[in-house]
Amino acid sequence: MSVPRFWRELGTRYNLIGSYCKLTKTYHFPRRSFDPEAGRESMGTMEDYQFKGDGEVVNATVVHQSQTGYEMFGPYCMAIIKLDEGPRITSQIVDCDPKTVKPGMKVKAVFRKLGEDSESGILHYGTKFALKEIPEIEEEDESLSNIEL
Amino acid sequence: MNGIVSYGAYVPGYKIETGEIASVWGADGSAWAKNLNVYSKSVPGPDEDVITIAVEATRQAMKRGKLSGDDIEAVYTGSESHPYAVKPTSTIVAEAIRATPNLTAADFEFACKAGTAAIQTCLGMVGHKQIKNGIAIGVDTSQGAPGDALEYSASAGGGALVIGRNNVIANINHTTSYTTDTPDFWRREGQKYPRHGGRFTGKPAFFKHVMNCGMLIMEKANTKPEDYDYIVTHQPNGKFPIRAAKSLGFTKEQFETGLLTPKIGNTYSGAVFLGLAAILDIAKPGDRILAVAYGSGAGSDGFDITVTDKIMDMDRTETVEDMISRMEIVNYATYAKFRGKLNMGSTK
Repeated sequence: MSVPRFWRELGTRYNLIGSYCKLTKTYHFPRRSFDPEAGRESMGTMEDYQFKGDGEVVNATVVHQSQTGYEMFGPYCMAIIKLDEGPRITSQIVDCDPKTVKPGMKVKAVFRKLGEDSESGILHYGTKFALKEIPEIEEEDESLSNIEL
Repeated sequence: MNGIVSYGAYVPGYKIETGEIASVWGADGSAWAKNLNVYSKSVPGPDEDVITIAVEATRQAMKRGKLSGDDIEAVYTGSESHPYAVKPTSTIVAEAIRATPNLTAADFEFACKAGTAAIQTCLGMVGHKQIKNGIAIGVDTSQGAPGDALEYSASAGGGALVIGRNNVIANINHTTSYTTDTPDFWRREGQKYPRHGGRFTGKPAFFKHVMNCGMLIMEKANTKPEDYDYIVTHQPNGKFPIRAAKSLGFTKEQFETGLLTPKIGNTYSGAVFLGLAAILDIAKPGDRILAVAYGSGAGSDGFDITVTDKIMDMDRTETVEDMISRMEIVNYATYAKFRGKLNMGSTK
């Protein structure tokens, strides 16, 4: 990612700055210059809005084949999160056993390193999410009943 | 009076036990733990560094103090593990709390006392009415070379103090410093791990500076050890701060709340901030606190602090103790992976 592109998106990445449409009273993330439901009538009615960073997991999956730059996490959890204000965003869920993340769990925004351009390049920081309550890890079923011998 | 308007802390969510590190090197884990009085140390996740920890601690301070970015006119971050050699940590913190652009910002380095030097700078600027509020941050993610004695203690964490003159939860009555050229611990430019002078880090370094600074600040404040409810000093291991506090005339009841190293290791620039945060988490109006930081190279900053009535209005949930109790144990392999100790080679 080019340095200027990352720099232009600092507000979105660091502080979850999106938009609020005064016409339809709806929230949007990332920033929009108009509300797609209201069309051109919403032009000029959009204002910046900082999301509180609270939400819940809509669905989650465990990534075993890590994306480049995420090898040190593997396996890790990626989830669709519904923010309390409405918009849905995709994010990594950190600081937990990835298998324990389930739909409906409450999450909060945390500030983390997202990646880097290279060893000498710029560091990218921004928002990820963490569970508000860490669930108890269920014991693995070690019985052999489901294994075909 | 000028002092602490709000405070925040952050301890990473992982820890490794001393015995686990010792087992990798064929050492006696229980002997190391007992000798250092360090039984586990915090481990940052692979996406955590000084900048992320500084932001989390500062955001907690902003939330507790019900402050907005416009209230902050200075951000100073003290650390010896800033992710960039050239590019400030403090500008990223300022952006992340929406305090830009009308503020001043800079990064400080003085081994483990860089953060307390930032407190003194903020105090000076607040005292001269150049700013209303400034943020001083002490944070580190330092590392010891694999197998080195430092590996048993070098950990990660940090804290942030909003220094100002209105709505102060703790007055900073006095501050003083004691500084000499003492090469007990250093890291040369471009080197990944620091080096140290072994036993030389004790008597002529840590103890000389902490003791002299502690006595100086009590002389300046015209106080005696029994006038204080708490003492927190730098804590490179779990033994030095106990010996220093006892030598200054303090008791276990006074030093145990701020002593976190046995559970989270040496958080370097974060140590006094986290110890002070743990004290402020439970402090009552009128409580008096002595804080003495130490940075190799070498110097100590001392602070005489009195908690005010305003602390009772502050939301003090999500305490340092809460953060420590949530830490999940990792093994050495995970620790090595998280801390970038694995040589991945190149497949491209």
